[in-house]
Amino acid sequence: MSQHQELIQLQAQAENELADARDEKQLEAWRIKWLGRKGLVPAAVKQIGSLPKEERAAYGQAVNRLKQAVQAAFEARRQQLREDAMAAELYAEGFDPTLPGRRPQIGRLHPSSATMREIAHIFAHMGFEVYTARDVETDEYNFQLLNFPKGHPAREMQDTFHTTVPDVLLRTHTSPGQIRVMRERYPEPIRVILPGKCYRYEQVTARSEMMFHQVEGLVVGKNITFADLKGTLQAFVDQLFGEGRQLRFRASHFPFTEPSAEVDVDCILCGGKGCRVCKYTGWLEILGCGMVHPNVLRNGGYDPEEWSGYAFGMGPERIAMLLHGVDDIRYFFSNDVRFLEQF
Amino acid sequence: MRVPLSWLKEYVDITLPVDELEERLTLAGLEVANVEYIGVEPPASVRFKKQIKPGDVVTGNGRIAWDKEKIFVGQVVNVEKHPDADRLTLVTVDYGAEETLTVVTGAPNLKPGDSGQKVAFATAGAMLIDAYADAFKVRKLKPGKIRGILSQGMVCSERELGLSDEHEGIILLPDDAPVGAPLADYLGDVVFDIDITPNMIRIASIIGVAREVAAITGADLHITMPAWQTSPPPADDYADVEIIDDDLCHRYTASIIRDVSVQPSPFWMQHRLKLIGQRPISNLVDVTNYVMFEWGQPLHAFDYDKLLARAKAIGKDKVKIIVRRANDGEKFTTLDGVERTLDADVLMICDEAGPIAIGGVMGGLETEVSDETRNVLLESAAFEFINVRQTAKKLKLPSEAAYRFSRGVPPRLNPIGNVRGAQLMADLGGGDIAQGMIDDYPRPQPVIEVPVTARDVQRWLGIDLSQDEIIDILQRLEFETRVEDDVIWGAAPWYRLDVSITADVLEEIARIYGYDAIPETLLADELPPQRRNWAWELEERLRDILVAAGLQETINYSMTSIENYRKTFPDNPEDAPGPEMFVTLANPLSQERSVMRRCLGVSALENLQRNLRYTDRMAVFEIGLGYRPELGDGVLPKEIRLLAIALTGPREPGDWLQGDDSPIDFFDAKGVLEALFERLGASDDVEYRAESAHIFGPKAAGVYLKGQKIGNVGEVHPKVREAFDLGDRPVALAGLQIAPLIPYIQTKKKLRAISNFPAVKEDIALVVDEAIPAGKVAALIRQTAGANLKDIRLFDVYRGDPIPPGKKSLAFSLTFQSPVKTLTDKDASKLRRKIVGRLSREIGAELREA
Repeated sequence: MSQHQELIQLQAQAENELADARDEKQLEAWRIKWLGRKGLVPAAVKQIGSLPKEERAAYGQAVNRLKQAVQAAFEARRQQLREDAMAAELYAEGFDPTLPGRRPQIGRLHPSSATMREIAHIFAHMGFEVYTARDVETDEYNFQLLNFPKGHPAREMQDTFHTTVPDVLLRTHTSPGQIRVMRERYPEPIRVILPGKCYRYEQVTARSEMMFHQVEGLVVGKNITFADLKGTLQAFVDQLFGEGRQLRFRASHFPFTEPSAEVDVDCILCGGKGCRVCKYTGWLEILGCGMVHPNVLRNGGYDPEEWSGYAFGMGPERIAMLLHGVDDIRYFFSNDVRFLEQF
Repeated sequence: MRVPLSWLKEYVDITLPVDELEERLTLAGLEVANVEYIGVEPPASVRFKKQIKPGDVVTGNGRIAWDKEKIFVGQVVNVEKHPDADRLTLVTVDYGAEETLTVVTGAPNLKPGDSGQKVAFATAGAMLIDAYADAFKVRKLKPGKIRGILSQGMVCSERELGLSDEHEGIILLPDDAPVGAPLADYLGDVVFDIDITPNMIRIASIIGVAREVAAITGADLHITMPAWQTSPPPADDYADVEIIDDDLCHRYTASIIRDVSVQPSPFWMQHRLKLIGQRPISNLVDVTNYVMFEWGQPLHAFDYDKLLARAKAIGKDKVKIIVRRANDGEKFTTLDGVERTLDADVLMICDEAGPIAIGGVMGGLETEVSDETRNVLLESAAFEFINVRQTAKKLKLPSEAAYRFSRGVPPRLNPIGNVRGAQLMADLGGGDIAQGMIDDYPRPQPVIEVPVTARDVQRWLGIDLSQDEIIDILQRLEFETRVEDDVIWGAAPWYRLDVSITADVLEEIARIYGYDAIPETLLADELPPQRRNWAWELEERLRDILVAAGLQETINYSMTSIENYRKTFPDNPEDAPGPEMFVTLANPLSQERSVMRRCLGVSALENLQRNLRYTDRMAVFEIGLGYRPELGDGVLPKEIRLLAIALTGPREPGDWLQGDDSPIDFFDAKGVLEALFERLGASDDVEYRAESAHIFGPKAAGVYLKGQKIGNVGEVHPKVREAFDLGDRPVALAGLQIAPLIPYIQTKKKLRAISNFPAVKEDIALVVDEAIPAGKVAALIRQTAGANLKDIRLFDVYRGDPIPPGKKSLAFSLTFQSPVKTLTDKDASKLRRKIVGRLSREIGAELREA
């Protein structure tokens, strides 16, 4: 057999054995046998030296071709085996993308907090600072300084939790904060919102709670008008409920504002056409407001001849109920997780 | 206040459609809470009204509209006995058509031989209420035979027309009712139900509403002052009046009506009283109600002969009305038959023999009018409103009269009401009126003039009105005006007691000008100095951190019970705070909500208690106030801002991924606190000291910030858990005062240099005495290693073989890294030797052999 034929046989044998290498280990054994320092291919190369001079060139070319071909076959085989192994690993397990994922535990704000935060953000853009005032109040701050003298019929509108300390009560509205902020800030102009808890001596039903939140607003300045009040509330409502809301100001009465108004927004559910939520009126009551009564300005230290101001108040629970379609206010403070989890 | 449109129209022209009038009233502060349509169709804009079909059950008043083609005013032509039924009659009715119709009826108020009565007559096909159904069920009238005789229609009862429950007999209309007119045109009506704000008591009468309608719509008013016909002898001969306590009674008028006979009121008065929601009783009583609803003046009728008898019994020959405070302990039986004990704050109407009425609140049993009354002393008075309110509240005697008196009845209304009432009594009772009115008027109603300028209007309302425009508005409201330079002086009409300062007038101008016509402007005034509210910002920051940590925010009632506090002291209930440590409600709705909470932990346990019925895992927090009277300033308690965290249940919800469902414990709550302090940049200032508290078991710690205690964290004592019914799993609870954390949100964290040099990790396991806290070991390591220690992590705590009893092994993983050079293994082992050396010297730690 000529040397060339031997080389061809050698290559065929190497490639056959290579095809039998099924993993890294077999491949390595093959490499050592064929391409290792003492392997068959280097041995064939070494034979050049033992050949007659005139045959060396031709044999050298042939053995080099063999070496390259075997080397290439090895690389290809190694690549193939890696891909096979990766594929085997990738598809080893069945995969169902519809199985539930691993969820991080999710926390949430209470809907009242979230609503108050939203209200505070909107008013912050208009220069309103958050002012926090106390819950347990005196009769003086909760009523008298707000123009509800003792025995005044308007007190009947706000049934009160009294404490065992005479003239100490749970505030029925956030409005005593008006006096507190005015007394603290005089003679600065004022632009604040006062969020907080309020309490009413009322039987708890789907529509009324003994505890609820209010967000009060108070602006005092040298040039504050009812028109400013309307503009501010329109801007607020446009941001809270979306542009283009209709507002309706109805004359009303609060002892601490004059003129006073109740404010309705066109029903956010039916757009004013009439539905169960707006009781087929097309309007939803969302706010009470008015110009700060001169007596109240005076009680806060501001001369009503020089200063004027407006105040407004709203219930975040009421707003959250409208925004989220909640029909029972009792959910808010029973803190049933089945309720809280939905926000 | 219920306001029938038909009655209102007597005093003011109304051209607006009902729905438009409703809207205008509501916008002007007369909030129309409801509109009832009595027998007439509501306007198309009333959206909820659906077509009513036979078989429907209708509720509320104004249940059905009366078909104008089928229900008429009829007149009885003839009544005969039914040939085959004793209780039935055949009634022939003329209802304006060419032919009369005959119907069969069982109405007891039509008898054979009757004729001429005006009735409500329904013909075939009319929708009526089925008088024999339990509910108000609609049916369609069909002609049918009753005991063999064809009934061609129906003479209707109030119930059949949907007017009331009344089905004893049919409605008998007044003699002047126009035969053949559709009943809806004659008796159909619209009733507004108007909510009255406390400043608007002037509209608690039809005439009061009429004045507002006139002012709002610009329509003409037709109010005439009542007049009377009197005859001698004069009223003064019958009685005297003396007001002793004129601070509580500003005016007292009395008139004498003689020789009346008590009988039912006529149809028109009964009908109006029913529309307004009152039950007709007799002419005398009905007149007092009628005048109150017409003019707003409550009246009280005394039986004059009973008063005279009382006077004679004590040797007097003339009645004398005395208005004075009650004596403390004085007894008096009101006309509801209840004997009441009075005090000196109660104003009494008396005669010389004693009390006869509680002023403005309720009359007495002894002197009230009855069916036998012949002569009446009619009272029309004005009382101090706050006192009436207090008395009515104290005696629990609310009434329409007390409602008006307790909001203020103007003294100038007294004689008007008295004249109107006396004349109506005389008209309806067939008597006459004694000349003159007895009138004690010690406190004349002042006329208050209020100044207003165009500048005031601009400054307060933001609208430019001319002087003439302002005057025009005030005159529409019947103010008397005069101008002095640029000041308009407005005097409120006599029937208003609510106007005393300029702002009152500005409100009226805004109301009549229309709130909707006032423009919207954005604040152009100086921006006040802007400040941050750090306490609020801290709360918001804490909320965000805790929500990000996977906790649900809750907001609980501020009220709880002392009992629940006691439950948190299972071993020493006597240590629980006593009642003096709580803000206690004087009028709680329930004992469970009778004191203000001192901390939020109890609320959290209440909350878990409720929720563990639906879920087994809770991870919640609350930020709110605790109320501490003992720390308060003066009468008010201190209000402390607090945070509570409560965790219980499996660490992760069980699912196919088989996460960690071992129960939450102390370290979960502590971990939340650590994360929170880390986020605030406070970690370095916080330490946890092993200490328990009443609510916790042994696994608890005090939380200290710069050495000051700010809260606790721990596992709730199993006995407390049991008391709150919280199941078997640990409940981890943390409570903190948050105000001390404010400085941390006011300072910005400074970036620590990030090193690009390689880090070297060293693990080190130390055997120490059981009593040495891991925190102390870690602190010593930190101190010793200095700035090159980038991270220290406790990765194992081990007790047991081969560690000797009383010892534990703590394994830390330390990461060293220098900002300026590559640390070599040599550097690291040097540090390690230094650490081990110090720990060995100071706490006797031994390096654990690997």
